[in-house]
Amino acid sequence: MSLEGALAANRFGLGARPGEIEAASTDPKAWLLGQLPDDDSASRFAGLPTTSALVVDLGKRRHARQARDREAIKAFLTKSRQGHLLEMVARFRAGFETALPFRERLVRFWSNHFVVSTQKPDAALFVGAFEREAIRPYVTGRFSDMVLAVECHPAMQLYLDNAQSIGPDSYAGMRARRGLNENLGREILELHTLSVDGGYTQDDVIALAKILTGWSLDLGPGPAAGLMNAAMGGAGDGAFRFYPPRHQPGPKTLLGRSYAQGFDGGVAALADLANHPATARHIARKLAIHFIADDPPQDSVKRIEMAFLASGGDLPSVYETIIDDPAAWSPEPVKFRTPIEYVTAAMRIAGGERIGMLDENGVRPFIQSARAMGESPFAAPSPKGWPDDADSWTGSDAILQRVEWANAAAQKLGPQSDPVNLADQGLGPLLSADTRTAIARAASPAQGLAILFASPEFQRR
Amino acid sequence: MLTRRTFFKCGIAGGTLALAGTKARLAFAALPDDRRFIVVILRGGLDGLAAVPAHGDPDYANLRRSLALPKSGLDAPIDLDGFFGLHPSLHNLAEMWREKELAIFHNVSTPYRNRSHFDAQNVLETGGAKPHVLNEGWLNRALGPLALDGGDGALAVSSSPPLLLDGKARVASWTPPRMPAADEEFLARIAALYARDPVLSTGLKNALLTRAATVTAMHDMPSGANRPNGAPQAGEVAPLMEGAGKILAAADGPRIGVFDISGWDTHSNQGAGQGQLARRLQLLDEGLLALKTSLGPAWKKTVIVTASEFGRTVAVNGTGGTDHGTAGIAFLFGGAVAGGNIHAEWRGLKPSALKDGRDLPAQTDTRALFKAALADHLGVPKLVLEDTVFPDSAAAAGLKGLIRA
Repeated sequence: MSLEGALAANRFGLGARPGEIEAASTDPKAWLLGQLPDDDSASRFAGLPTTSALVVDLGKRRHARQARDREAIKAFLTKSRQGHLLEMVARFRAGFETALPFRERLVRFWSNHFVVSTQKPDAALFVGAFEREAIRPYVTGRFSDMVLAVECHPAMQLYLDNAQSIGPDSYAGMRARRGLNENLGREILELHTLSVDGGYTQDDVIALAKILTGWSLDLGPGPAAGLMNAAMGGAGDGAFRFYPPRHQPGPKTLLGRSYAQGFDGGVAALADLANHPATARHIARKLAIHFIADDPPQDSVKRIEMAFLASGGDLPSVYETIIDDPAAWSPEPVKFRTPIEYVTAAMRIAGGERIGMLDENGVRPFIQSARAMGESPFAAPSPKGWPDDADSWTGSDAILQRVEWANAAAQKLGPQSDPVNLADQGLGPLLSADTRTAIARAASPAQGLAILFASPEFQRR
Repeated sequence: MLTRRTFFKCGIAGGTLALAGTKARLAFAALPDDRRFIVVILRGGLDGLAAVPAHGDPDYANLRRSLALPKSGLDAPIDLDGFFGLHPSLHNLAEMWREKELAIFHNVSTPYRNRSHFDAQNVLETGGAKPHVLNEGWLNRALGPLALDGGDGALAVSSSPPLLLDGKARVASWTPPRMPAADEEFLARIAALYARDPVLSTGLKNALLTRAATVTAMHDMPSGANRPNGAPQAGEVAPLMEGAGKILAAADGPRIGVFDISGWDTHSNQGAGQGQLARRLQLLDEGLLALKTSLGPAWKKTVIVTASEFGRTVAVNGTGGTDHGTAGIAFLFGGAVAGGNIHAEWRGLKPSALKDGRDLPAQTDTRALFKAALADHLGVPKLVLEDTVFPDSAAAAGLKGLIRA
């Protein structure tokens, strides 16, 4: 087991499963890059509902509300609660057992970059489907394709209020006293692409909001239906709709460039934003923070930025640049694991057969524990997503909750094969002599496992 | 159950911690008396005109349209002075107003003038004149001068402290415990393993201290915070405020508290007298009453301030909500506040009176409010305030007359 193998499995992966460090040690970089062409999502998430199906459900719920049909509303709530738990089971299981942990980490990185959250009730139904449809298929493609898939996805349209945004001078805007909503336009510029220092103004925010008027989702039978079903070229799964009567007429100027009226103007604007140099800088910095350090070296950020620009946002080229950077292989575990990363790493090394048995009831304690440590799954507090630095996860209460979780989880997992062996398998050369001794001297195998989980090196990657 | 006493006895924390704790308490005599100061961050940009409607303004109903409160009925504003009112959800705050324990500030803003949540929050919490020029929270910088930097002098009511309370000075954080407590023997082993890891060892020590001090409060905690899948937003305010209030009320408890409540970013369908914002305001209002009640006699020595990163557009937007604006409102309340007044130099709601024709213009700098509380309530010397806590804030002189003598 080499140090690089341990870093590949822990820093770039989701925490080693037994035997994983060994497997990664032969050629750690090849082990990582070899995961990119593969995708185990189709089998893993089979049977979970598509956005189209969920939109139909949402329509029924609205109908039931309007009709004040209490039974139907109740049935819908039960169904969506159950649906959410099933999403959680699939999501946690993917982390606990995937053989493509680097790919899965990338999914989670992008899912957090383009976050949608159950904190917005309308979007809550779609958070799982959003990740499956707008993130997973795109993590090894071009950044611009992911941007388009994300922004037109009904989950994002609802989360950032664009679904209801109407051009003030459009047909619909003149008739109904409704109009523009700036939210999505602003957050695309600030969070998804250019970043807050990316050189845009309030006028650009309004221009982008106008460009995106008419982008919405299938609202079901009613006056808006049948106006047009935009062919989306693979983006979204069919529940997206562009409604020309809501679209602000005329060309719009964004960052000095003019975009034609219509759906294509929006596609062109998003493509330009995705390929903008400020976007390359923003994405490079976030990736460097995620994989290298909370405060990454400028050189590393610059290299990633250049790779992004030179490849036209080809993400595998960008990942390869990070993996080739010696700064990403520093021997100390420098990144503090977020709560979900932490419980995931613990289950990967010690979950064993319990992972396969995870069901709607079994997943609840994981949801509650992650929340107690500060990260509520699929429920980020803002469109900025969860923070990616140690400071945000190391409040005193968070640390105690993590230690208590280590204790409770180890007891639940029950007597294990030798915990020292598990520690070796999980951390390889990253395991310190102190921790190894403390595990060996534990009062019981379960306590040994709890000490491994709570240890300083296991809290980090 | 671990208590503070057994905690020291079993020595998990080691000598350094016990010393630090004692030192803080001894030096604590530097404060005039056992005063409390609490900041409630309302993250997302609270709509000031929704919380404190200018129902007497001739343009109010026309600009706010579906967001305007009716002149009469259950959804009418609670009138304050014939011109301004309080949202009907805020009846506990209204009671504090009548008791002259609430001062209201309209047209309040940080010096930040753009409309990014995250830059605006950075300015609000660091106390800088611009985003990202300071790395620590202003309240953290005030802890040293107040001798409250021993780790248990200030309490963040969240698993990790928000930026406002984050920095060099050590602070405690607390949320209701949700996992079975670990036994002392195990904790001792972990504390030993953390000895060479300053982040983990100080964190664990401080958390155990807070826990030890809050055993009673924990037992009385309502279980609302334990709901699976419940949104950790305004809905959990009352249980958190009640629990944290008990910790803050303790004779040797923390003197500074910070609550961090999100969910105020109302871009669509925010509602007027009823609706989503009304519900959130009601939950906040109930939470604030719970806080007052659990503070008990300490309420008389308490100043609480609410602040949001910015206000919102005056006019309703295209989707029944409001977009990011500039100035908003702040509430300053507590038994130690000289209240019953509203501070606003109102220039009307005509577009010509608004910033960029859309936002309430900024008149009171949020820092002026914070400075008033730090100086007149906690006795932070002016020099410390200007040089350490709020550097580059000469333009925002501390307001006077807000704290009871």
